[in-house]
Amino acid sequence: MSKASFRIWRGDAGEGRLVDYTVEVNEGEVVLDVLHRLQATQAPDLAVRWNCKAGKCGSCSVEINGRPRLACMTRMNLFGPDDVITVTPIRTFPVIRDLVTDVSYNYTKARQIPSFTPDPRVKPGEMRMRQVDVERSQEFRKCIECFLCNTVCHVIRDHEENTEHFSGPRYLMRVAELEMHPEDTADRRMIAQDDFGLGYCNITKCCTEVCPEHIKITDNALIPLKERVASRRYDPVVWLGSKIGRRPAKDTPKVPNT
Amino acid sequence: MSTPADQQPGPSPAGAEGDGAAAAPVARHRYDVVVIGAGGAGLRAAIEAREQGKKTAVISKSLFGKAHTVMAEGGAAAAMGNVNARDNWQVHFRDTIRGGKFLNNPRMAELHAKEAPDRVWELEHWGALFDRTADGRISQRNFGGHEYPRLAHVGDRTGLEMIRTLQQRIVALQQADAERLGDPDAMLRVYAETTVTELLKDGERIAGAFGYVRETGEFVVFEAPAVVLATGGIGKSFKVTSNSWEYTGDGHALALRAGATLLNMEFVQFHPTGMVWPPSVKGILVTESVRGDGGVLRNSEGKRFMFDYVPEVFRGQYAETEEEADRWYTDPDNNRRPPELLPRDEVARSINAEVKAGRGSPHGGVFLDVSTRMPAEEIRRRLPSMHHQFKELADVDITAEPMEVGPTCHYVMGGVEVDPDTTAATVPGLFAAGEVAGGMHGSNRLGGNSLSDLLVFGRRAGLGAASYVDGLGEDRPRVGEADLDAARATALAPLERTGGESPYLLHQELQQTMNDLVGIIRRADEMKQALDSLDKLKERVAHVSAQGARPYNPGWHLALDLRNMLLVSIGTAMAALERQESRGGHTRDDFPEMSPEWRTTTLVLRADPAGEQVTLGRRPLERMRDDLLALFERSELAKYLTEAELAELPEGERP
Ligand SMILES: Cc1cc2nc3c(=O)[nH]c(=O)nc-3n(C[C@H](O)[C@H](O)[C@H](O)COP(=O)(O)OP(=O)(O)OC[C@H]3O[C@@H](n4cnc5c(N)ncnc54)[C@H](O)[C@@H]3O)c2cc1C
Ligand code: SF4
Ligand code: SF4
Ligand code: FES
Repeated sequence: MSKASFRIWRGDAGEGRLVDYTVEVNEGEVVLDVLHRLQATQAPDLAVRWNCKAGKCGSCSVEINGRPRLACMTRMNLFGPDDVITVTPIRTFPVIRDLVTDVSYNYTKARQIPSFTPDPRVKPGEMRMRQVDVERSQEFRKCIECFLCNTVCHVIRDHEENTEHFSGPRYLMRVAELEMHPEDTADRRMIAQDDFGLGYCNITKCCTEVCPEHIKITDNALIPLKERVASRRYDPVVWLGSKIGRRPAKDTPKVPNT
Repeated sequence: MSTPADQQPGPSPAGAEGDGAAAAPVARHRYDVVVIGAGGAGLRAAIEAREQGKKTAVISKSLFGKAHTVMAEGGAAAAMGNVNARDNWQVHFRDTIRGGKFLNNPRMAELHAKEAPDRVWELEHWGALFDRTADGRISQRNFGGHEYPRLAHVGDRTGLEMIRTLQQRIVALQQADAERLGDPDAMLRVYAETTVTELLKDGERIAGAFGYVRETGEFVVFEAPAVVLATGGIGKSFKVTSNSWEYTGDGHALALRAGATLLNMEFVQFHPTGMVWPPSVKGILVTESVRGDGGVLRNSEGKRFMFDYVPEVFRGQYAETEEEADRWYTDPDNNRRPPELLPRDEVARSINAEVKAGRGSPHGGVFLDVSTRMPAEEIRRRLPSMHHQFKELADVDITAEPMEVGPTCHYVMGGVEVDPDTTAATVPGLFAAGEVAGGMHGSNRLGGNSLSDLLVFGRRAGLGAASYVDGLGEDRPRVGEADLDAARATALAPLERTGGESPYLLHQELQQTMNDLVGIIRRADEMKQALDSLDKLKERVAHVSAQGARPYNPGWHLALDLRNMLLVSIGTAMAALERQESRGGHTRDDFPEMSPEWRTTTLVLRADPAGEQVTLGRRPLERMRDDLLALFERSELAKYLTEAELAELPEGERP
């Protein structure tokens, strides 16, 4: 057992400040354990979102010493004995209280993407897909929706004005996932560019760096999606040639009224 | 379709701002069907209710897409026969009943085994990407108690795939409503981070649900003739658990207070393999897929001890030598399965016994090893989250060294008593599906049978609720103002009270009590002591106080959850004390044998509306139909049934 110094952002949408705490730490603990100990001993109303405490649900996203992280997967032995550990809410989204933010932006963006669209002639149980063909989309479906990538992306991190036209890496990756799904028949390439703001992304890879699932968001989702958009723009026939019988020869529009 | 109900937010007519509890404003929403819980069962129920044309709400304590189901790892059991063509619903049924030690509700187990494949294919049709077989179908993996490879899976993150697919299906339905009606929330809306604290009734019938919005602390009432409970389990009442904070038994407690019955609450599953070190991660699950894919259990002497623990009822079904067990992975038709894949209750008890006998690992568990069983590359591919989990949380590289594991509280078999076909509880308008419902798994659940249960009975709950609403016509129940006032007052009490004890402290005491005294191995004197302690805790919980204000205040939330945990814990301890035998998830040190007489008895719990008094009753177990009984050999039935039951059996059939 030892002691650690924490500075935690306390407050709500109106105002807030960093509050200092000294708290006990035991072997093997993660930052979320320490936040829980604070709740139990010093700050019973300290607001922090969490659920699984095993890196599986993506609820406990915060910024620790300025870096977006999962509180439940950040081991205390990452820090030196004299370090002051600063925990603040993820910056891109509005604060509700203490470490809890309003992440509704993400759910709004998710609703704008046209859903999985299988060929209506294929009945449940009839799909046949090879493992190699599903693996690309499977990588993206490892996403736990922690929104750390969206919070770190500079396009919206300090530019609230871009939020309307940019879906963030998480949802551009969702578009890529559907486009690469072997049984999907829609074509979301035009709206990826025009409505979801793929063009804003200048492949800095900050999103990939923070992803706790180690998904190669930029290399495997965003860059290939950009290439597909380019091929759609310049030579739709080439693209279609590889998709005959699967995809309709028209662009799928953004979902209305979302 | 029923008349579209309207939504009228705004203050409650009762009281005015400023005069205490009764004044807190309440937002009102009207729905046909309200589903409490957004895990696999809740989302599947909501999808079905919406597809039946019902205006539907889904309520969840956590954010959309983060319910407990997200943690499920190994897979969903469904006899699709993709890997072994001999598999079919009868074999799945038989495995389920064996796993539950013949205490399952046979009709539920039958529906589950028959419908699970369609429910899994449906997920695929909604966009799920399961791992594949060589010929492009859904791959299936081995799991404890399942005769053939049966679990549809995605690596070891199947729950995530399931919840995301259902979440995205809800979004797809909302998109259709947006296009057609101009509003994505018109017919199906998710109320995330909203906690239901009370069910409301009109006479005998359900009239709605009352709760608070976590973000603001404001109250909300859902007026609805049909409520589906899909709130999951009770594991947060135990100290060492694989369950998250959501598992405070809310649905179990809501059902009890609403006058519904719970059954089989003495059966709590302790998963054999939870992490044991470091202390802060103690209890976090290590998926059974580790064993299904070849991992073995060893004690401190390096011995694969499970060979010594195959119980009488399973003798002959499991390998007797390591060589045979190892051959089974590649040639299952000519070899018997390794004893590491016995049902969970058996493995958990064996680990417990090894540790007690002084043959445990340094931190009080045993060793689970894959590192000597397959190449590192294959481990990383097949068990990616386990590899990640141990590396990040315990500094253990599972490709190079064994894991240390021990039992952890994982799942409650007991739950709300329901009609198998419609999931209707005993209170009109109340339905239950998923972990909160009882009966399906008997005394012990097989791995993978929960995810499929969620889908099968989630859908049936949606159907059941929709047809109940259709049957009402114009005759809809109404929410009484006095009930609302009472619900508000109860919810605000811990905040308004001063000088009471901390909810965190009381929670720790409750967890310790249940863990130590009503845990994996039980004794009458200890359970009596537990009931005494719980009784004392009841006084203290009644005076708990929460500091701070209403917006997003976890101390207040926990103070309200405590009431539910306590009620359910008392019920669990009462039932556990009553059942004088050992079976599945209920092991009595003082009654170590399984008793055919006890098998015929189901223990049923009820409570008064305040949840103050819990009473325990008995009821005979539903008899299995002859055609289902015929799936078992007489010699196997003889291990479970009473003489009288055996005498009634139809003459020696076999499938
Ligand atoms: C680590 C782990 C691994 C597992 N692996 C497997 C596996 O491989 N295969 C398998 O079949 N099973 C597995 N299980 C079991 C299975 O995951 C659960 O039994 C199942 O997910 C429960 O689903 P559910 O829909 O009943 O409830 P949950 O998914 O738990 O959802 C409950 C919902 O109810 C909500 N809720 C609860 N109380 C309230 C309230 N008062 N007001 C409003 N909302 C409320 C919660 O917020 C949540 O949305 C695993 C369990 C764990 C813990
Ligand atoms: S790579 Fe693109 S999406 Fe990712 S952080 Fe950089 S700009 Fe944002
Ligand atoms: S892609 Fe990675 S960082 Fe982004 S939300 Fe998903 S898991 Fe989080
Ligand atoms: S609590 Fe689930 S990811 Fe941290």
